[in-house]
Amino acid sequence: MKKILGIAGLLFFVCVVTALATDRFYDAGNVENLIRRSALFGVISIGAAFVIVTGGIDLSIGSVICLVGSLLPWLLVEHGYSVATALPLVLALSALIGLLHGLLITRLALQPFVVTLCGLLLYRGVARGLTGDQTVGFGVGYEGLRDLAAGRWVVADLDDGRSVGIPAPCFYLVAIALVAAVFLNRTIWGRYLRALGRNPDAARYSGIATARLTVLAYVVCAFLAGVGGCLFVLDVNSAQPSDFGNFYELYAIAGAVLGGCALRGGEVSVVGVLLGAAVMQVLRNSIRLIESIPQQIEFAVIGAVILLGVIADELVKRAAAKRRAGQS
Amino acid sequence: MRGVCKAFPGVRALSDVNLEVRAGEVVAVIGENGAGKSTLMKILAGVQAPDAGELRVDGAAVRLRSVADAQRAGIALIHQELNLCDNLSVGANVMLGHERRRGPFVDEGQTRATAQAALARVGLPVDARRPLAGLSIGQQQLVEIAKALSIDARLLIMDEPTSSLTQSETEQLFGVVRELRRQGVSVVYISHRLFEIRELADRVVVLRDGCNAGELAGPDIEHSRMVALMVGRDVERFYQRRAHAPGEVALSVTGLRTAAWPRHAVDLQVCAGEIVGLAGLIGAGRSELLGTLFGVLPARGGAVRVRDRELTAGNPRRALELGLALVPEDRKQHGVVLDLSVRDNLSLPSLHRRARAGVFVDDGAERRLAESVVQRLSIKTPHVQQVVRYLSGGNQQKVVLGKGLALDPAVLLLDEPTRGIDVGAKAEIYALLHELAGRGLAILLASSEMEEVMGVCDRVLVMHEGRIAGELPRAEFSERRILELAVGAGPMAAGERRAQ
Repeated sequence: MKKILGIAGLLFFVCVVTALATDRFYDAGNVENLIRRSALFGVISIGAAFVIVTGGIDLSIGSVICLVGSLLPWLLVEHGYSVATALPLVLALSALIGLLHGLLITRLALQPFVVTLCGLLLYRGVARGLTGDQTVGFGVGYEGLRDLAAGRWVVADLDDGRSVGIPAPCFYLVAIALVAAVFLNRTIWGRYLRALGRNPDAARYSGIATARLTVLAYVVCAFLAGVGGCLFVLDVNSAQPSDFGNFYELYAIAGAVLGGCALRGGEVSVVGVLLGAAVMQVLRNSIRLIESIPQQIEFAVIGAVILLGVIADELVKRAAAKRRAGQS
Repeated sequence: MRGVCKAFPGVRALSDVNLEVRAGEVVAVIGENGAGKSTLMKILAGVQAPDAGELRVDGAAVRLRSVADAQRAGIALIHQELNLCDNLSVGANVMLGHERRRGPFVDEGQTRATAQAALARVGLPVDARRPLAGLSIGQQQLVEIAKALSIDARLLIMDEPTSSLTQSETEQLFGVVRELRRQGVSVVYISHRLFEIRELADRVVVLRDGCNAGELAGPDIEHSRMVALMVGRDVERFYQRRAHAPGEVALSVTGLRTAAWPRHAVDLQVCAGEIVGLAGLIGAGRSELLGTLFGVLPARGGAVRVRDRELTAGNPRRALELGLALVPEDRKQHGVVLDLSVRDNLSLPSLHRRARAGVFVDDGAERRLAESVVQRLSIKTPHVQQVVRYLSGGNQQKVVLGKGLALDPAVLLLDEPTRGIDVGAKAEIYALLHELAGRGLAILLASSEMEEVMGVCDRVLVMHEGRIAGELPRAEFSERRILELAVGAGPMAAGERRAQ
């Protein structure tokens, strides 16, 4: 709970600073776009959280997004597959990738870092190879399909002819987050994931099928990366395989960690992860909007803000511990 | 050390404790878990600072702000858990942090020579260049002592040094301690094993609830007086010797081969209501046998049956389902998840049985389970949401036991269930085992403590190099007989050797 308050505070702080620095932040279009991006990154951050709670890591998220995001328009436009074939196909592929990661990690006892680092290189390479490294997109077609990600639910009309709407990805995010929260907090498997993330031996001695659950976590992570890949490419209409989804795994991992998932495993909060993902997007947005910050130093700003946030969190924790010690 | 006080959040760990150690003296510090022994030792070794009180070394007051300060004052602490790097050589471990240097470079020759000299002082005749990983636990313990000696420590603090040593390794360690005493080195010795203290200590300082509870010296050092001072009352009958009437066969093992000793097949049976001991030296294969029975280690053939139902090898889940529970030796690594609460740990193996629709955690049922186990085993915890890490060793061990009991098993395997826990908690666990056996539970108890095996069990199986070297009924219990079998000198073992 405290962790969520901390990350909510950081989100609020970044929003206030940006709003004070530029009045473009409040613009209805900007807010809506920001929410759309946050929702998209929220989906992949929840996936990352499943793996992180087991004490593992998935570095291949960005490349899975690239592979799925390139394959979808490539299959539809270049090869004439129907939507009903192509969409399940690419999603199944992403789940299969997760299965492969999970089996390599549990059966061969390979390090998650190594397995998914190889995945990071592999899937982007495959995507670039299949598409001949050419940009693939939907052009002007597939409007219905594109509405799945780019669509919005209009809530009110504004005076200047524009309207206020809720972006479609928000609905998927809410659905996914609800299922994830119930799974992680209310089911026995969620409890098992926490236990095995902190002490896999003790979990195994308690009769828990640790290998199967670990595989499941990697499948969920890769599958949500696949869902993210479809939504991202539908949102922007085209994908350039050499940089589509670049660094997205780091945004997902940073979002999850900011949201209270300890990298040593065993801790997770879905609400925290959503807030963490939002912080990342607001930061990127504010760098784009605030003119006094040059675009080139985007990563430096994001890195510095996260680092300061983590330092502040640690200092507050220590101060609280000291106060408790003083009382007794 | 005079009038030392230390308070932690919520607890006053030490109040006004005095401890005096003369040169060349072995002082044992004993007390139940939570009595303040560890805190006192940490203050002495510079790990923690006292809130009040003073420390004098050779009459001069000192302030130890760090471990390095303490080491400069000639004080070295040897932790209960080994703090060695098994990827380095023996010599590199001995000299870690104070390597002989030539400018910025390690002077390998000098460093190795110093290490070799320190190893000689503790009677460990191994080449300093050998990798540490090849050494036994007992030898590694001696490496720790050599490490302390190599910084010219004049006061060694040893925290439960024998908790993972075999009988002969313990003897060797005692020899080293006596030799150090002769050389004028002082030793503060912490142990739960009172018979060791009787043998080794010149003086015993007893702590209880963070205060000095008394001192014993010379011939006054005897078991009952130490226990009385520790618990503050007389513990008349520590082991309630009680015979049980065995019922039907609950656990039957035929031709089981472990991965560690694949050439030896093990057969054994444990009946309902019976407590069977598994004795032997460390490395005799007791833990491997229990782990293989339970399914966390792979089996190389053989069959295990619980109440006439066959277990699937290598499947602890199935074992738990059929009523076979294990209390593993390494409580922190295998027994509990330290960062989860008492409630979450207790319910972990049985969570699915109590889940709603088989899937959703039933908070109410879980809390009731945890509270009833806490009460039944009298686990000392402020509430069931307390994180297990903050419980004492004895209470952590009770949580591990409680996890198994919550499944209502037919057979309970116990691997060193009282290692590193205090006398009071031990007595409670023994009483619990008798109660469980009385209600028809079959118990197989592996233990390195001879007293424990002989005090609690109805029958003892002695293991030697992966096989069961012999069996003794209660009437034939004696330390000598068990040891003979354990070292492979029993009549059965001799017969087998001839046959080969």
